[in-house]
Amino acid sequence: MTRERKINAGLALALLAFPLWAYFANEPFMITLATKVAILALAGVGLNIALGQGGLVSLGHAAFFGIGGYAMGILASHAQTFDPIAEWPFLIEGTKSMPIIWIVAVLTSGLAALLIGALSLRTSGVYFIMITLAFGQMFYYFAISWPTYGGEDGLSIYVRNGFPGLNTLDPIQFFAITFVILMLAMGFAAMLAKSPFGLALNAARQSPQRVETVGMTPYRLRLVAFVISGMITGLAGALFADLNRFVSPTMFSWQTSGEIMVFIIIGGIGRLYGPLVGAALFIALEHILGGLSDYWHIYLGVLLLLIVLFARGGVIGSLAGRGHAHD
Amino acid sequence: MPMTDAVLATKGISKSFGALQASLDISIDLRPGEIHALIGPNGAGKSTLIQQIAGGMKPDAGQIFLNGQDITALGTAARAKRGLARTFQISALAMEDTVLQNAVLGALGAQGRPFQVFGTALGKADLRATAEQALDRVGLMDHAKTRTSELSHGQRRQLEVAVALTLNPKAFVMDEPMAGLGTRGSKRLTGFLDSLREQAPILLVEHDMDAVFTLADRISVLVYGQIIATGTVDDIRANADVRRAYLGDDT
Repeated sequence: MTRERKINAGLALALLAFPLWAYFANEPFMITLATKVAILALAGVGLNIALGQGGLVSLGHAAFFGIGGYAMGILASHAQTFDPIAEWPFLIEGTKSMPIIWIVAVLTSGLAALLIGALSLRTSGVYFIMITLAFGQMFYYFAISWPTYGGEDGLSIYVRNGFPGLNTLDPIQFFAITFVILMLAMGFAAMLAKSPFGLALNAARQSPQRVETVGMTPYRLRLVAFVISGMITGLAGALFADLNRFVSPTMFSWQTSGEIMVFIIIGGIGRLYGPLVGAALFIALEHILGGLSDYWHIYLGVLLLLIVLFARGGVIGSLAGRGHAHD
Repeated sequence: MPMTDAVLATKGISKSFGALQASLDISIDLRPGEIHALIGPNGAGKSTLIQQIAGGMKPDAGQIFLNGQDITALGTAARAKRGLARTFQISALAMEDTVLQNAVLGALGAQGRPFQVFGTALGKADLRATAEQALDRVGLMDHAKTRTSELSHGQRRQLEVAVALTLNPKAFVMDEPMAGLGTRGSKRLTGFLDSLREQAPILLVEHDMDAVFTLADRISVLVYGQIIATGTVDDIRANADVRRAYLGDDT
């Protein structure tokens, strides 16, 4: 077992142990914090496929996070008012079923990623960052100006959506759902990195010229990675909306995109457990320092600065050393 | 021009950048089993010509043929799929990856199914066999698990050739494979390239004249974007134009 794997196993256990402690200590709010960490880490796992493996600095992943959130909000709000989403050409009704909401969230955010990616991946570098940012902002302002679904005020969902056989209103059970999904997503990301596709994608990040010279097209590899990445972040958005029972345009804001990226940079770009470490530190700082000052982001900024200047591999990189060329 | 038996051929290729004529009406061909060296002083337009042949740059006029098929409109990836294997003057390898991974990448490109997400790249027996065979041929098998950034300059050159080998090539285009190699290194590579021509002909851009005179069946001399002579080693050595323009011999 490599050192990084030991650290990863420890992190997974810690994420599991903390809410269990909170459960027995009767601290439901702590369970909610752990759930938030798991969901935000999931959003980061999605972005990390594009950023870490593909080298695609997307500042527009809030678009997918928000689409996932609104997929949940729209479906659930129609279900709670018994008002069908569409009656023509065929009847589409709302739903309070999490699995169906997840599927819709993944498919819609994947479709959005396909369209956004197809256009923005024709550029690179700072232009790519700006175009993804612009798409994100487009969704943000669209959500603000769409009164049907709450506009600026967002949408409240009164009862958390259901999952067969579980009581999702029980914090520990909802945490379990998010934990399992996070583990599955990280398992998938790890498999992707070692797969033939992952080899080609990682090579396209390091030397696009090389990939072309052996007969593959970097654009297509990146587009597929971008879609997979958007789907996972979209799923996280649906879960985040369910956690808060509330959706608002803030999910689409560029600050959201930036925060997801900050998780990855803090944890370590391209590191499997990087997003989890980043999200956990972010939430911990928000909780501890946020109680002392409204300006707690200053301390986050200092942390980010230290990592960018002195620990390029992020927290995981500092603990586990340089990544192994996976053999 | 005998287009039919040439593996790779250019027909009247021209390319200019503003007032600079980088290629002017260039027609060269690469025949089965031969090493055709392309020489010329710095700035003669060798790299521009190689770029156009490999697909990285579009000629203003003229055509390029691979096995008789017009490939002028195809991009780099499509040309590689048809068996045009190119090596770079400055190594363009995935530096964070291992030597074996770079070779497997070539095999994956040749196989043409890059979107497999299940199973590991190194666990695919067919890809791995192709990759290991290529590494074995260039003598890098002992370094299969070495990170590419840790290879010496000469070993990177060898890896460039190994990746080209995994493509099941119909023609090699090599841009200064000897650059930066010591005397021993270039001697070894010269011997290796000599054995490679049986598999596929090589269009060789090279500054190392010992290597060129040892290896080349034919030599083309490029000066100011134009081919001023094509012929055997002896022809080129005897050619007065070449001596004047290239070897700096004013007599």
